[in-house]
Amino acid sequence: MAAILKPMPNHPLDQKSGSSPALTVRGLSIFFGTHEVLKKVDIDIAARAVTAIIGPSGCGKSTFLRAINRMHELNPDARMEGEIRLFGDNIYSRDVEAVMVRRRVGMVFQKSNPFPTMSIAENVTVGLRLNGVRDRRILTERTEESLRMAALWDEVKDRLNDPAISLSGGQQQRLCIARALAVQPEVLLMDEPASALDPLATQKIEDLIIELKKDYTIVIVTHNMQQAARSSDATAFFYLGELVEYGPTTKIFTNPAQKRTEDYVTGRFG
Amino acid sequence: MTANNHRWRKAKNSFMQALTMVCAVLVILPLLLVFFHLVTQGATSINWAFFTQLPKPVGEVGGGVANAIVGTFTLIVLASLLGVPVGVLGGVFLSEYAYPRLNWWLRFTADVINGVPSITWGMVVYGLIVVPIAVPFHGIVKSVDPERHLVTVQNPAGNARSFTIGPQTRWNLDAGTGVESVPPGTAVIVAFHMDGSRQVAEQINAPSAWRLALLRLAALHDSVSGFSTLAGGLVLGLMMIPLIMRTTEEVLQLVPSGYREAALALGIAQWRMIAQIVVRTATKGIVTGVLLALARVAGETAPLLFTAFGNNYWTHKLTQPIDALPLKIYNYAISPYDDWHRQAWAGALVLILLVCTINVGVRILTRDRFSGRKP
Amino acid sequence: MDNHFDIGLDELRQKLLLMASRAESAVNESVQALMQRNHALALKVRADDDIIDAFELEIDEMAIQLLTKAPLASNLRLVTVAMKVCQNLERIGDEATKIAKRARDLADEPPVKIVLDLPRLASMALVMVKESLDAFVQRDSAAARAIIPRDKEVDALNREMHNALALHMMEHPETIGRCLHWIVAAKSLERIADHAKNIAEEVVYLCEAQDIRHHLKK
Repeated sequence: MAAILKPMPNHPLDQKSGSSPALTVRGLSIFFGTHEVLKKVDIDIAARAVTAIIGPSGCGKSTFLRAINRMHELNPDARMEGEIRLFGDNIYSRDVEAVMVRRRVGMVFQKSNPFPTMSIAENVTVGLRLNGVRDRRILTERTEESLRMAALWDEVKDRLNDPAISLSGGQQQRLCIARALAVQPEVLLMDEPASALDPLATQKIEDLIIELKKDYTIVIVTHNMQQAARSSDATAFFYLGELVEYGPTTKIFTNPAQKRTEDYVTGRFG
Repeated sequence: MTANNHRWRKAKNSFMQALTMVCAVLVILPLLLVFFHLVTQGATSINWAFFTQLPKPVGEVGGGVANAIVGTFTLIVLASLLGVPVGVLGGVFLSEYAYPRLNWWLRFTADVINGVPSITWGMVVYGLIVVPIAVPFHGIVKSVDPERHLVTVQNPAGNARSFTIGPQTRWNLDAGTGVESVPPGTAVIVAFHMDGSRQVAEQINAPSAWRLALLRLAALHDSVSGFSTLAGGLVLGLMMIPLIMRTTEEVLQLVPSGYREAALALGIAQWRMIAQIVVRTATKGIVTGVLLALARVAGETAPLLFTAFGNNYWTHKLTQPIDALPLKIYNYAISPYDDWHRQAWAGALVLILLVCTINVGVRILTRDRFSGRKP
Repeated sequence: MDNHFDIGLDELRQKLLLMASRAESAVNESVQALMQRNHALALKVRADDDIIDAFELEIDEMAIQLLTKAPLASNLRLVTVAMKVCQNLERIGDEATKIAKRARDLADEPPVKIVLDLPRLASMALVMVKESLDAFVQRDSAAARAIIPRDKEVDALNREMHNALALHMMEHPETIGRCLHWIVAAKSLERIADHAKNIAEEVVYLCEAQDIRHHLKK
């Protein structure tokens, strides 16, 4: 059962402050074969806020993230029960294709993966081009817009046609963020986006996340608790496939309600 | 750890190092020998005429193997038309679509087939295609002449031929045996041989549907022998398919799954992701696999013996037999003529140079311009 | 096995307790010096204050170091509470030193003929200090909460003594100097009780994560 605690006024978790949740998850269970990886998760993810998902390895946090854009379906043994609604729309209903969900929910991965055969500009617009958008003007505009939003424009505006792999690790990750933003998703999922980066690049990504939350709903999986504490508004703690506690970030990291959360956050296990 | 011990171990090390080095060098030796031999024996015969002229008639000195060289290229092109699309798409299927049991069987089968001797391939195509359209003449019985033991058959093109029926003729019709029992209008296939100017029927069959279909296909041509360029291209193409399929699959598997996931996460449809992201990333590798398969089939001789067969003249139609370098080399080498032997050496040298060029080309293509990363 | 961070937290706790016992002794001895007119004891208390000051520096240093390791939840609260408690302890030490100074001065002069309930004030303050530190060690939030209202009683008693001394000063002007010393000593004891109350409030924060300072009691 979700332990959604009373939020402070004007906090993203305070539903009364006007915005309905971006994602409502009810009874989500995911099985890989017979192994139950997620057990009846109930959670409401606030819109235009950053929600961090923390927990030890193998607790199901990545699986939870991938369930939101139906990427867990890439595993042929995967089976899901329960419901996820994206701004009210059931993303698992029969007449909704996974492809449509993924255009509304973008994803950035742990290891940056810009397509090696394409230039920087081509990488940014690949989501648009391969979905049929041909208009040069739209593509150019969207390229600049997305690169600005990803705080990369100034660094690459003079070399948009250079191969994407000529960028540094941190730049590549921001390029992947720009690529995800170019299709204008409503929700952005990030799976440990800074774990492969040096501290300076990590800092830039965190600043970027705080900027982006003005327009996007962001869900970020991280094993770095200080990162969760620094950049998120709400935090959910998963353990062995269950949602143990969910609440405002400050509360989770100064005075969590559940002992298991306290133990994890103070480093007694995990 | 005495000093003696140390010296003994050092000696062992040096010995092993020397032994393994000798073995490695031994591998190069045959290649060098081959090259050396080919060059000394064949280089002298390589001249402009060798590349541009047709073979001279038996016994005459001179001439070239121009038609064989062109034939090799023609066969390679034909084989690629079959082998490359089927092989690449098959490799894409194996790599990108997960049907575990099916894929396991497909890979197993492909690997087994890769090990099948090429002569077997030749015989298969020979039996399935060359023979059915070759020897026989088919058509409708037009008339029967029992006294002169003749049966006249008219083929769909309108040509009528008379065949001598003898006691050795085997009949394979429902309507009994003997020339009298063949009513006009029956569809028949006649296997015959030439005896002087007479066409002597060896076997008369009622045509099966498969044979009839092949014959209709082959009705475009009038090759008596059934050997054809198409058959040669077909057999080489069939050999290329499992080869290209496996190399394509392996190259595609090397593409990190991160790219696939990233593309899917952008909402790109699976087939587009495969075509424009995965295959595009692996293009160099796929081309390498194709070129290596080409190099391999370019040198195949045995299957061509039964299918392309060889030709001393220019081949004008795809349904006619065609010559290829390996065939020419074979035919010349086992002949009793010195001049032909020389030309065989030269042909072998050209062939090996061709194969080497393809391999070197592959290496240049896959050469990495940026330090350290595999393409 | 405890990790290094937990060991560091433990060391912090131990040091705080050492400082606390020193502070307690300082108050005890200063009151003793006052009541028994013990000049030598008063000087000792003054000298020992340096040790308490040194503790404050050490504990603050340790706490900063632990903060660089980004502690969270209860660990975070422990470190911040430790810094506040050690500040309060240091002030308690200073107040004890003030009492000791007055004790020294009073010991050099003839005693004032007035019945003062200073011992009671002193013992109330001392008990509050002791109990707040016990609550810290035991993590006993209820015990800490119980201490807080008693500060009012101490304030009341201090006011009583203040008034009594003021009256005495008006009637016997020759005792003004000595009475002022007593007033100051009583004030110091009242401040010591305040600091004990502060420590109790920090203990409540540590245990319950509730900040009850400056509020009506919840």
